[in-house]
Amino acid sequence: MVTSLNWIKALVPGIKDVQEHEFRDAMTMSGTKVEGYTVLNKNLERIVVGEILSVEKHPHADHLVVCQVNVGDHTAQIVTGAPNITVGMSGVKVPVCLPGGKVAGGHDGGPMPEDGIRIESGELRGVKSDGMMCSIEEMGSNREFYPDAPENGIYIFPADTKVGEDVPALLGLNDAVFEYEITNNRVDCYSILGVAREAAATFDTKFVPPVVKPTGNDQNAADFIQVEIKASDLCSRYIGRVVTNIRLAPSPLWMQHRLMTCGIRPINNIVDITNYVMEEYGQPMHAYDYDTIAGHKIIVRRATDGDKFATLDGKEHILDHDCLMICDGEKEIGLAGIMGGQNSMITDDVKTMLFEAATFDGTNIRKTSKRLGLRTDASGMFEKGLDPELAEEAINRACQLIEELDAGDVVGGKVDVYPVHKEKVQIPFEPDKYNALLGTDIDPETMLGYFRRIEAQYDKATNMLTIPTFRQDLKGMADMAEEVARFYGYQKIPTTLPKGATTMGGISFKQRVQDKALETAEFCGFSQAMTYSFESPKVFDKLRIPADSPLRTCVKISNPLGEDFSIMRTLPVNGLLNSLSINFNRRNENVKLFELAKVYIPDKDDPTTSEKLPDERIEFTLGFYGQGDFYDMKGVIEEFFQETGLRDRISYDPEAGIPFLHPGRQAAVYYHGEKMGYLGELHPLVAESYRIGQRCYLAVIDLPEVTKFATFDRRYTGIANFPAVSRDISLVVPKNILVAQIEDVIREQGGENVESYRLFDIYEGSQITEGYKSVAYTITFRAKDHTLEDKEVSVPMDRIVKALAELGIELRK
Amino acid sequence: MMKEKLEEIREKAAGQIGQVQDLEGLNQIRVTILGKKGELTGVLKSMRDVAPQDRPAVGKMVNETRAQIEAALEEARKKLAARALDAKMKAETIDVTLPARSGKLGHSHPNTLALDEVKRIFVGMGYEVVDGPEVEYDYYNFEALNIPANHPAKDEQDTFYINDKILLRTQTSPVQVRQMERGKLPIRMIAPGRVYRADEVDATHSPCFHQIEGMVIDKGITFADLKGTLAEFAKQLFGPDTKVKFRPHHFPFTEPSAECDVTCFKCHGKGCRMCKGEGWIEILGCGMIHPHVLEMSGIDPNVYSGFAFGIGLERIALLKDEIDDMRLLYENDIRFLDQF
Repeated sequence: MVTSLNWIKALVPGIKDVQEHEFRDAMTMSGTKVEGYTVLNKNLERIVVGEILSVEKHPHADHLVVCQVNVGDHTAQIVTGAPNITVGMSGVKVPVCLPGGKVAGGHDGGPMPEDGIRIESGELRGVKSDGMMCSIEEMGSNREFYPDAPENGIYIFPADTKVGEDVPALLGLNDAVFEYEITNNRVDCYSILGVAREAAATFDTKFVPPVVKPTGNDQNAADFIQVEIKASDLCSRYIGRVVTNIRLAPSPLWMQHRLMTCGIRPINNIVDITNYVMEEYGQPMHAYDYDTIAGHKIIVRRATDGDKFATLDGKEHILDHDCLMICDGEKEIGLAGIMGGQNSMITDDVKTMLFEAATFDGTNIRKTSKRLGLRTDASGMFEKGLDPELAEEAINRACQLIEELDAGDVVGGKVDVYPVHKEKVQIPFEPDKYNALLGTDIDPETMLGYFRRIEAQYDKATNMLTIPTFRQDLKGMADMAEEVARFYGYQKIPTTLPKGATTMGGISFKQRVQDKALETAEFCGFSQAMTYSFESPKVFDKLRIPADSPLRTCVKISNPLGEDFSIMRTLPVNGLLNSLSINFNRRNENVKLFELAKVYIPDKDDPTTSEKLPDERIEFTLGFYGQGDFYDMKGVIEEFFQETGLRDRISYDPEAGIPFLHPGRQAAVYYHGEKMGYLGELHPLVAESYRIGQRCYLAVIDLPEVTKFATFDRRYTGIANFPAVSRDISLVVPKNILVAQIEDVIREQGGENVESYRLFDIYEGSQITEGYKSVAYTITFRAKDHTLEDKEVSVPMDRIVKALAELGIELRK
Repeated sequence: MMKEKLEEIREKAAGQIGQVQDLEGLNQIRVTILGKKGELTGVLKSMRDVAPQDRPAVGKMVNETRAQIEAALEEARKKLAARALDAKMKAETIDVTLPARSGKLGHSHPNTLALDEVKRIFVGMGYEVVDGPEVEYDYYNFEALNIPANHPAKDEQDTFYINDKILLRTQTSPVQVRQMERGKLPIRMIAPGRVYRADEVDATHSPCFHQIEGMVIDKGITFADLKGTLAEFAKQLFGPDTKVKFRPHHFPFTEPSAECDVTCFKCHGKGCRMCKGEGWIEILGCGMIHPHVLEMSGIDPNVYSGFAFGIGLERIALLKDEIDDMRLLYENDIRFLDQF
């Protein structure tokens, strides 16, 4: 929303001396946030109306002329090169910037310098020049808003303009244009009157709206037009008035200037009045050429599916049942609240017009406008949901302006179809509740004073407040409390801390597990990444996920930003791989990243129609390239399990079946028989498609599973008091046997006194038979309560060796 | 005679000890004098030639001499040992300016660091940290928050939909509703998490970002409490001199509503590039929970009241760490992450 400050001041005379920054601060603090403002006469100094007395050729330059200009108190000699000032001219009134003055910009209309351009006396090609005649661009504006200005040349005033007058004032430039952020609950503030009313309430001064007097001749609009609303759910009010003998002409300068401050280009009196009232009241109106309306009848109804309709911008639209149409006796003539039809538009030959002010359902307008891809100023207003009372005020105001500007003959009376009158909302006055909610102690009389400012009436007998219809946002106690708060001043409300019962703050167990994951990863040198939760369905192919894999069943976004952001990930690795790829391709060495983020596993039903929410699981995903290998990654996982209290044996199944990992270098991770995740080296083909040119390792741990087993309870188990006995065994093992199988045997056969076992050597090569590897372990025995005897070690050792032999494992000789 | 002999031994020993250069040499002296075949031992052996009545006196003399030599040896040993250690350490001198060899630690994401600070502050004030689903029912994201079916905020261009009933949450506020529905009062909670809006990626927008929701519900909670809480939060987050400013605003689920600005922590309110010359930086939206919202979640607004606030996590991270492009947060370039 944009308003001129002068326009507001005209409606709120009490603030006429308020400065721009004061206005900005006060309005912002009472809830009408000022985004910024532009001072229109910035850098315009000492610019007055001058009358050219004579123009002569410049003695030394062909494209320059020498003018004698009466600037009021003296005659100045000014040299110019403007094409519209020609030799022999006289009596022309122009803006003159006197020496020592300033203009805003150059005549080319390019970017304006911050401090403007200073004009001084000088010589041009040897001829003295005391000042400068100005174009509209030099005065900081353009032909868009001053259509009477010449395309390239000095601005020329009407002949009756007084010499010596202040030019910025004449052009309406002694003003500032304010831009506001209006919140969507304050539809009333999308109008000059609404902002002015807020300004009056903010500065606690009188609001003086325009006085709308009865208009119209002794004819009756009802004799001209009939109106019927067939879709009363979408149109709550329709008012038609008629104007005959239209006299199109430019609108007066004051109106043009005000429209200009709203960024609207003046066109002619009828169009300008419509726009002016739309800005003033926030009510869009439409004018039809009365003579094109068949049967002189208006019917408001829904379109039929498939209807075609050409709007006045010449575009054709295909309609449906949800489009609301304005129709005459035969055909559709307007897309209600959005744009009129080509078939009924006002042309320069118009004689009689039908003026429409109506109230349409905001949601319907918004949806239709979106469906048709046609947004207009009018639809933008209607979709906010307008007050039906506004339609009447606005159309009467427009008719008044038509009479004042003599733009036509307004026919008396109106056709007003308003089936259900809007009732004014009544809210009880509850000062104690307002104070209780705000934490204040504001006097009820003061509150009533605030309510008077917003035109809410108080009836003492019933203790009820009657809310004006334009304040559709005021419905209950809290709304009224906010009104009190903003006029009392948010800053004046005290600052306290909540009293009442103390609460136990803290983080959940689940979050502690996550925090441990983060700590472990960072301690192991991994930095935390964050990647998007949505990705492209192409990721499944990139990761070699089989076509029938359940992982491909995913939550799909029905209106994604593009295919790349269209599905919620069911696998956590793509984001991390992309990040590793970015790093690799930027030649960053030894990059280790981790992410703690969710995957979204849909319900078994078809996720596009399911009414169940997906299972959101936090995955701890790690990835690195550079220094390190599979076993480094394995170490991180084991460290994490230790840290979260998973201290029992972790087992690894090489048959993990992860399609994007190296088939010979991957493992699923199990704890107490439950799958916790997997790790491995990235499959070379996947590495290639992610353009990671080094071996890359990944691990994915499912945190909800870890959380099931996690504990932060610790128990001291004592330090061994009796000596340990260690035995080394060196084994020749068939290559396909995993060391985990050997360890299973050590645990199973070693008995309760096996304290630990440690692999200290593994070797394949020339000294070992092809197909075998050499593996060496230190096994440590210890009893808690006595010193072990020889046979307590030798017997289990024999058992171990025997059991290993059954696996084809022999002691190395 | 004996006395002279002993004196001679002692002097000789002193001479040798005075000249010895290393511990080995010192040991040699000990052996030649005090060893089994040493000179002093030889003197002891010749005791049998001494008259019995003189023996105690001589014995005493021998022992004294022995003690003197031993003391001299010990003193020399200490000196030599110290000298040897000095020499060894000198030889071991290292260049302390060579690069450190450290197990490189990883770094937390700037979002996490900012969130940790926010969590620390609110947990300290007795707030529980809770979470909720990102793929959420329309009801929790909109309807239960006073955003009815046809509200412009629901416009498709802002919200990612899965189907008619399910969407990607556009705010962390639905966690409020879920928490209220649990019916455990009073409530003091914050709910950090990911939210989604259909914004194209640029320096200040991302379709996926993070918010931190906060909510307090109890008997007698006031707007003044909201102001006090957030003023305290701002001071803890941005420094003790931070001032806050509350401006009226509108959110469908709070009434009264406010936007909260803090004095720019870079220029302290004078106006700089960071605050675009304003001196103030907008950091969050907040308000008193709308009575209708309480009611819909089964809380009697005549008994309870509460406040809620929503903070953009990325906004805090970008501001605090002076990061000028939001895209850096999701690119994960190690040279970026290493700076935090």
